[in-house]
Amino acid sequence: MTTIAISVKDLSKKYGDRTAVSHANFEVPLGTVCGFVGPNGSGKTTTMRMLLGLITPTGGTGTILGENINHPEKYLNRVGAMIEGPAFYPALSGAENLRLLATLGGYAKDQVQGLLDRVGLGDRANSKYKTYSLGMKQRLGIAAALLPNPQLLMLDEPTNGLDPAGIQEIRELLRSLASEGTTVFVSSHLLSEIEMISDSLVMLRQGKVIFAGKTKDLLLRQQPIVIAKCSNSNDMVKLLDIAKSAGHEGSIIDGAAHILAPADWAPALNTLAFESGITLSQLSPVLPSLEETFFEMTGDDQ
Amino acid sequence: MGAVMAVTALVTSLLFLLLDSPRGNAREGRMISRQTLELAHGVSIGFSSAAGLLGLVALCVFASQTAQEYTYGTLRNLLVRQPRRLTLLFGKFVAMKSFALITVVVSAIVAISLAFALSGKANINTAAWTTSDARWSLIQTFINVFISVVAYGTVGMILGILFRSPIPAISLGVAWLLIVENIISATVKNSGKWMPGQAMTTIASGGDFNSSYLHAIGLVAIYLTIGSIAVAVLFRRRDVAN
Repeated sequence: MTTIAISVKDLSKKYGDRTAVSHANFEVPLGTVCGFVGPNGSGKTTTMRMLLGLITPTGGTGTILGENINHPEKYLNRVGAMIEGPAFYPALSGAENLRLLATLGGYAKDQVQGLLDRVGLGDRANSKYKTYSLGMKQRLGIAAALLPNPQLLMLDEPTNGLDPAGIQEIRELLRSLASEGTTVFVSSHLLSEIEMISDSLVMLRQGKVIFAGKTKDLLLRQQPIVIAKCSNSNDMVKLLDIAKSAGHEGSIIDGAAHILAPADWAPALNTLAFESGITLSQLSPVLPSLEETFFEMTGDDQ
Repeated sequence: MGAVMAVTALVTSLLFLLLDSPRGNAREGRMISRQTLELAHGVSIGFSSAAGLLGLVALCVFASQTAQEYTYGTLRNLLVRQPRRLTLLFGKFVAMKSFALITVVVSAIVAISLAFALSGKANINTAAWTTSDARWSLIQTFINVFISVVAYGTVGMILGILFRSPIPAISLGVAWLLIVENIISATVKNSGKWMPGQAMTTIASGGDFNSSYLHAIGLVAIYLTIGSIAVAVLFRRRDVAN
């Protein structure tokens, strides 16, 4: 019995001279939430398409729920997916679209209303898809992905177009699915959201995997910072000198000293400042966020 | 369905209303006489005459429906639920042919109803139209028109899969059938009976001056078999990236 939901070895995709994905290697354990992040054009959607059998890899192998990705018919009935945005028939209602997909996939049709209620579309079930807002279309896409009661849920930018309340709802939905044992593989540009829900992370840059592992391991790798503010702003430079003398570089950003030092050095800084006659009004050790880490690793500062 | 009814009504009406016109009342200015219309198979001439335009409607609808799966992006939704691509393609084929059957039934009803309605104005004796020969002729015509419409529709699906966009699929299909084939037929002697569009129209009328029914059926079967195999292979292997 496999414990791995997704396993990818040297997976590659080339279009002529252009390499979209280059020798990707990563694993996603069963029952976890894995964030899939990378700048635009880094190969996230291409990778997901290969895993779903929509495009043929140029090289490498992969398995989904223990089955080879060359045989999607063996695992897709246990996978729910929304790739590159929702796509439905405009003249049909949300419920009709879901019933059509349920019929095609052999899923129970009586769950349609329940799924629409779960994603917040219960009262618009019978409205034509073409009348839906972007956020509603996105919710319908997620409902469609849940039709097979999947073991693995693959979502490409599920919160695109949602308002903050909608984003929170989706976050809670993904958390509840994960708690029920569903493996969730989700790509998103909202790194703060990914950071909140992901147990593990796969990060792409220019088609290559630059990190694959636990989210906290990635964040712990990064240089922690101690942020300090002085009651008297004239003491800021002196504070930086104290830090430098202790072997920690720093700079002043937005009126606060950002010192590259581990969290457990913060008390020592407090003592040294006090001994130098400096009163600190703020002292907080901070781990870089996923967003800061992402920018540093991918060089994408947009 | 409105287009189907309109096309059928137009062709059938002209057949009866232009009966005494020196410019003819049928395809390419030919004359179908009152005497011919009074025969047992006269009741279904309007129906079979509309088959060419009916086929064009089918081509446009099926090309559009197939190609829009790519432009809407719904194909990737379908493939995630039914990854056996040939099964999916066959299912769509069957669904579209079911729709074709309905359109042919509607066309038959409109054509026959109008034929009876206009026979009085055109002074046509309809005694032969209610005989068993007439019913048999109608059944044969129905089958021929259905085969013709299915053939046109299949061409539409083939074009839809090839071009993955409704506009080029429909444009090329219509341009070929209405313009290119006619130019080739007019300029190259005896080429008409090798043209797929004219063969499909010949099937609907059970054979005509262009070629025999069997020749038309055989030719269309060959063209569609080659086209269907080619797009089936393409559909199965091509990346779905939109």
